[in-house]
Amino acid sequence: MYDFNFHRPKSLRKAAAILAENEEAKLIAGGQTLLPTMKQRLAAPSDVVDLSAISGLSGIELKGRKLQIGAMTKHYDVATSQVVREALPALADLAGMIGDPAVRNRGTIGGSVANNDPAADYPAACLALNATIVTNKRRMTADEFFTGLFDTALEEGEIITKVIFPLPKRAAYAKFRNPASRYAMAGVFVSKRGREVRVAVTGAGSDGVFRLTQAEEMLSKRFSEKALKDLTVDPDGLVGDIHGSAEYRANLVAVMTRRAVAAA
Amino acid sequence: MPKVSMTVNGELVSKMVEGRTLLVDFLRDTLKLTGTHIGCDTSQCGACVVHMDGSAVKSCTTLALACQGAEIMTIEGLADGETLHPMQTAFNDHHGLQCGYCTPGMIMTAVDMVKRLGVPDEETIRAELEGNICRCTGYHNIVKAIAAGAEAMNKSNG
Ligand SMILES: Cc1cc2nc3c(=O)[nH]c(=O)nc-3n(C[C@H](O)[C@H](O)[C@H](O)COP(=O)(O)OP(=O)(O)OC[C@H]3O[C@@H](n4cnc5c(N)ncnc54)[C@H](O)[C@@H]3O)c2cc1C
Ligand code: FES
Ligand code: FES
Repeated sequence: MYDFNFHRPKSLRKAAAILAENEEAKLIAGGQTLLPTMKQRLAAPSDVVDLSAISGLSGIELKGRKLQIGAMTKHYDVATSQVVREALPALADLAGMIGDPAVRNRGTIGGSVANNDPAADYPAACLALNATIVTNKRRMTADEFFTGLFDTALEEGEIITKVIFPLPKRAAYAKFRNPASRYAMAGVFVSKRGREVRVAVTGAGSDGVFRLTQAEEMLSKRFSEKALKDLTVDPDGLVGDIHGSAEYRANLVAVMTRRAVAAA
Repeated sequence: MPKVSMTVNGELVSKMVEGRTLLVDFLRDTLKLTGTHIGCDTSQCGACVVHMDGSAVKSCTTLALACQGAEIMTIEGLADGETLHPMQTAFNDHHGLQCGYCTPGMIMTAVDMVKRLGVPDEETIRAELEGNICRCTGYHNIVKAIAAGAEAMNKSNG
């Protein structure tokens, strides 16, 4: 890893100012993705701006029918929070399936969402629940936010401050893990809120997280596993790699969708 | 070079470090606490697990400067003088190691697990060891050692 200047600002404004002054600066949250990337020299920021000393960026709050999670909230805290367990258990389950205990003790929701790894878990929850991503500059819906492989609508110097999840009536996440890396080979988050059904898939799309509109249509008629009996997923546009072909992943997506609906 | 201050095994230390210095390198090279190991250096194996403010973290994936003001506990801080920690005794009694390379990380992970979960069952122990790799033992004796260590820790806590 190349050396860099390390900053640990106490306010968002200061963090934003450091980003504005240094074109090659990068934010660090839990570091569970950024540090491995820097070790491989896939990233070599001149300045690293640690968000951990800024107060108000972490915490979980239920506000009416909305669950609000601060960007610096760790996976472990979401997985074990009584509030999340009661209001949105599918999200607590998802957080508890990320990586391993030590990764969950450092990794954050903001880092995961900002990184938009095509196999990461949180993007599926955000998209299926149409969460609102709040930054120091604006608010975006998940539909607007995730724009492709490792790509988001975040602009230079923009900092995620929280993610707001509207509470669904029913929701569940089913993940088929890669047995070695524990990332999703296919992860499907389903949700039903009022009449709206949303199904989001991670781990399988060659363009990152996506909505499975075909399953959404089937499930809006009737939210049950039976409604999916004719569901077949097109392998076109899915990832094929050493871990599994696109056809294999297509089948996994269909199976995980059924499992998620059965569990919701 | 910036300065970092943290508490390591109960002792306050202040040293100059580079921005890129990892916690594991700070512990091993600067403080000469070589009990914490580097297995993979890619966040996979758990040989480098230490406790940061009471929870298990991979010290190869944590910057030393991010530990400003933190309390760090390494394998060296576990025993009480000559008396081994109950989890260390359990690894010894149950032959939970062969070459010993993974052992510090296994024990730090195990102690964290027991603090959170009390006396976990076998399935839970195996799931909780997701981030710790052992090339030698086949895990059976590690799992047995953690189960016994958990019993002992909970007994000694009253
Ligand atoms: C062994 C291992 C297994 C893993 N398994 C899984 C898994 O199964 N599922 C999964 O989803 N993830 C997995 N991860 C990734 C993990 O969840 C990371 O914690 C997460 O992807 C990134 O969060 P972080 O807080 O560590 O972010 P960092 O690594 O600190 O940052 C990641 C990126 O996001 C940017 N960033 C961070 N915070 C913000 C913010 N508030 N606003 C704007 N940009 C920001 C950074 O600049 C950087 O580009 C795994 C990681 C490891 C090491
Ligand atoms: S050396 Fe840190 S996880 Fe392997
Ligand atoms: S005892 Fe040799 S790696 Fe575990």
